[in-house]
Amino acid sequence: MFGTLRQACAALALVAFAGTASAQTTLVACTEGSPDNLNPQFSGSNTTFDYAQQIYDRLVANEIGGSKLIPALAESWENSPDGLVWTLKLRRGVKWHSNRNFTPTRDFNADDVIYTFDRMSNPDHPYHRIGGTGYGMFDYALKTRLDRIEKVDDHTVRFVLKTPIAAFLATLTVEPMSILSAEYGQKMLDAKTPDLYNQQPIGTGAFQFVAFQRDSFVRFRAFPQHWARQAGIADRTAQVDNLVFAITPDPSVRLAKLRAGECHIARYPNPADLPAIKADPNLVTLEVSGADYGFLSVNQSRKPFDDIRVRQALEHAINYDALIEAVYRGTGTRATALVPPALWGHNPDLKPRPYDPARAKALLAEAGLANGFETTLWALPVTRGYMPNGRRAAEMIQADLAAVGIKANITSFEWGEYLRRARAGEHEIAMTGYIYDFPDPSQIILSGWTCAAAESGANRARWCNREFSDLIEQANATSDQAKRTELYIRAQQIAYDDAATFLIANSVSFTPLRKEVQGYRVHVFGGQPFVGVSLRR
Amino acid sequence: MIRWLLGRAAVLLPTAVAVTIVAFMLLHLVPGDPVEIAAGERVLDPAEHARLLRELGLDRPLWEQYLDFMGRLAVGDFGASVRTKERVAAEFMVRFPATIELGLFALGFAVLVGVPAGMIAALRRGRTTDHAIMTAALTGYSMPVFWWGLLLILFFSVSLGWTPVSGRIGVAYYVEPVTGFLLIDSWLSGEPGAFASTLSHLILPAIALGTISLAVIARMTRSSMLEVLNEDYVRTARAKGLPFRRVVTVHALRNALIPVVTVIGLQLGHLLSGAILTETIFSWPGIGKWLVEAIQRRDYPQIQGGIVIIAALMMAVNLLVDLCYGLLNPQIRHGRR
Repeated sequence: MFGTLRQACAALALVAFAGTASAQTTLVACTEGSPDNLNPQFSGSNTTFDYAQQIYDRLVANEIGGSKLIPALAESWENSPDGLVWTLKLRRGVKWHSNRNFTPTRDFNADDVIYTFDRMSNPDHPYHRIGGTGYGMFDYALKTRLDRIEKVDDHTVRFVLKTPIAAFLATLTVEPMSILSAEYGQKMLDAKTPDLYNQQPIGTGAFQFVAFQRDSFVRFRAFPQHWARQAGIADRTAQVDNLVFAITPDPSVRLAKLRAGECHIARYPNPADLPAIKADPNLVTLEVSGADYGFLSVNQSRKPFDDIRVRQALEHAINYDALIEAVYRGTGTRATALVPPALWGHNPDLKPRPYDPARAKALLAEAGLANGFETTLWALPVTRGYMPNGRRAAEMIQADLAAVGIKANITSFEWGEYLRRARAGEHEIAMTGYIYDFPDPSQIILSGWTCAAAESGANRARWCNREFSDLIEQANATSDQAKRTELYIRAQQIAYDDAATFLIANSVSFTPLRKEVQGYRVHVFGGQPFVGVSLRR
Repeated sequence: MIRWLLGRAAVLLPTAVAVTIVAFMLLHLVPGDPVEIAAGERVLDPAEHARLLRELGLDRPLWEQYLDFMGRLAVGDFGASVRTKERVAAEFMVRFPATIELGLFALGFAVLVGVPAGMIAALRRGRTTDHAIMTAALTGYSMPVFWWGLLLILFFSVSLGWTPVSGRIGVAYYVEPVTGFLLIDSWLSGEPGAFASTLSHLILPAIALGTISLAVIARMTRSSMLEVLNEDYVRTARAKGLPFRRVVTVHALRNALIPVVTVIGLQLGHLLSGAILTETIFSWPGIGKWLVEAIQRRDYPQIQGGIVIIAALMMAVNLLVDLCYGLLNPQIRHGRR
């Protein structure tokens, strides 16, 4: 009976997969979730960015795997001496995708750029409220500082800012700044079906949208007229005929699918599975240092953390290396600087303070706390690349602090409540972290660590150092990257000397893929591109 | 009869209102809000936070939000998801067939395996077969679904390669939804291999989901069968010289199945709740997974709408059952029992 069952199952499986054998190449990536909106302008989620990265182009792109800015729909750009006007020259001959409701009659031009940004900034724009509310990333990065956008000619646009934004070009690389088709918008308005605009996306990207079934899959097809293909740029061109995102929320199941050959790439594996992945002869694992960091947000508006000697004592008391080894298990490296090593502007000279409980005790005694003190330590309630196991890390920190006389009571909250309380500054020591969306140091350092951010509550450590803040503001007022790098390096030194940041680790992210996958490069910022990826037959 | 039916329906009205209050109030008691959760670690300016809450209407007093919710509910509007902006009712209807399809298959598996297993255990009472079946049933009953599901995947899909790991259909196929029941749609599509692919994708999730029900059904069949086998009419039938097989299948089993059928009905509710975990493990796009994600993201309209629709469906089913009882047994509708 068992043999019969085995034969029946095998036959069934064969029939089920018979259709996969075709002349076309299909790359299947097991992804973790559904895009929350097919129009990336409304989204701040990396899952949506992954999807949007395939369909849309932006004016400026970010080199895959690095933080260098490279031309995309804008071929070149220049900034005025006062930093307020950016003039972008647009690429010619860029084709739009088509679908059953829309066949483009013209190539991409300045009208599309105006349409894209006007839709997000102008509440009277006919599409402003269609398909969603809140252009989170645009509002956060540009809205209040963008004065207007002008069309100089069909292939030149001018962005006029109210104040200089050094990270302006970098903000244009994020998926919510994807360029949309003005002609498609008008066509859908004329047909009185504006909702279709978001449901059946049209872009200029290397892949065109085929279908999306929420929580099941997103399907794409290579776009033969993509500008990079026409220009012969192989590593920015689709190298497979079809791309499928097989939505698989459970990381163990993603890995099972990878091992069973049902997908070629499985994103975000469990750290615990890494040894098994590395031991599998059919798999290859790529690793890259993440643009993020986990840290202890030590509330410096509260006593005794306003005393630098107490902060230094905490730094010496915690055995970070042991914590990283036990908690990250190879998926994290010790962080020392506010700009991660994956990003330009990182200060490589900052060395971690040594684990030295005796020195910690001496510093506490110097601060008048020879008998230690009692505090609360919030354990991160979610799993993140920058902190894989908050509870375990908290327990290790608690033990280290107890050894120098500090009694830390571990507590935690449900994630939403945790965020709310931390933003309100209710914590003493809270585990937290930041993830960069675009390749510019200012994104986190400006909005998360300055005195202005401490006043608004966005700076959860409530640390305010005027000299540091001035340097960060200066760096934000110039577009000269060399000068900015110098300013950021000095600012990071100040934060380090002030023992203000309590950085734990930068994540190391792993992507397992099957051996037949060629040309895959792990992207650090925003959505993962699948251009240049092919399958060895 | 009509008066009785109206009476039953009238009882449902306060129940429905209670469901809306519970769904609404409990949800808002849970800390956090959709804006906070969506921002996550990102720096969220307090003014921007307040503006987005205002835009979603979440800055108003709770009672005002509830009345607004009820007002829209009265005209059949369940609102739109905060995250996707799609209508909640439409999203529900897209996912519901997937859950029903999986639930029916799981139930089919539980009945087809559970009833014969229970019968065999009863007929071999006290012997090794009985002990083996009952031990297996107890193990199945105690098994956490998420662990059992992963075990099935690792054994049947990864090690043996017999079944697909997860999803509803192989990536090589794209079937346009017609009924939402993929098994039917893939059959209608006429695409070679699509139906077999859909069927093969149902096997493991149906086993994972149906195992607990199978255990319950097997145990109930066994005890019911044992009871019936000791009845006088069974003894009489055997004394008359009827073949043992005929006594069991015709006389005993039919009567033994009466309580089993009741249990099978009860299992439908369990299958819906169990589907939440099964759908997550097997990447099954049903309502369980949809609701869990909505709770994680504090997508109030989606959770409220989903709960109210499910509650309404359950109430409608209960009303239908009551109606059937009433039709079958006049004593019930005349209030004598």
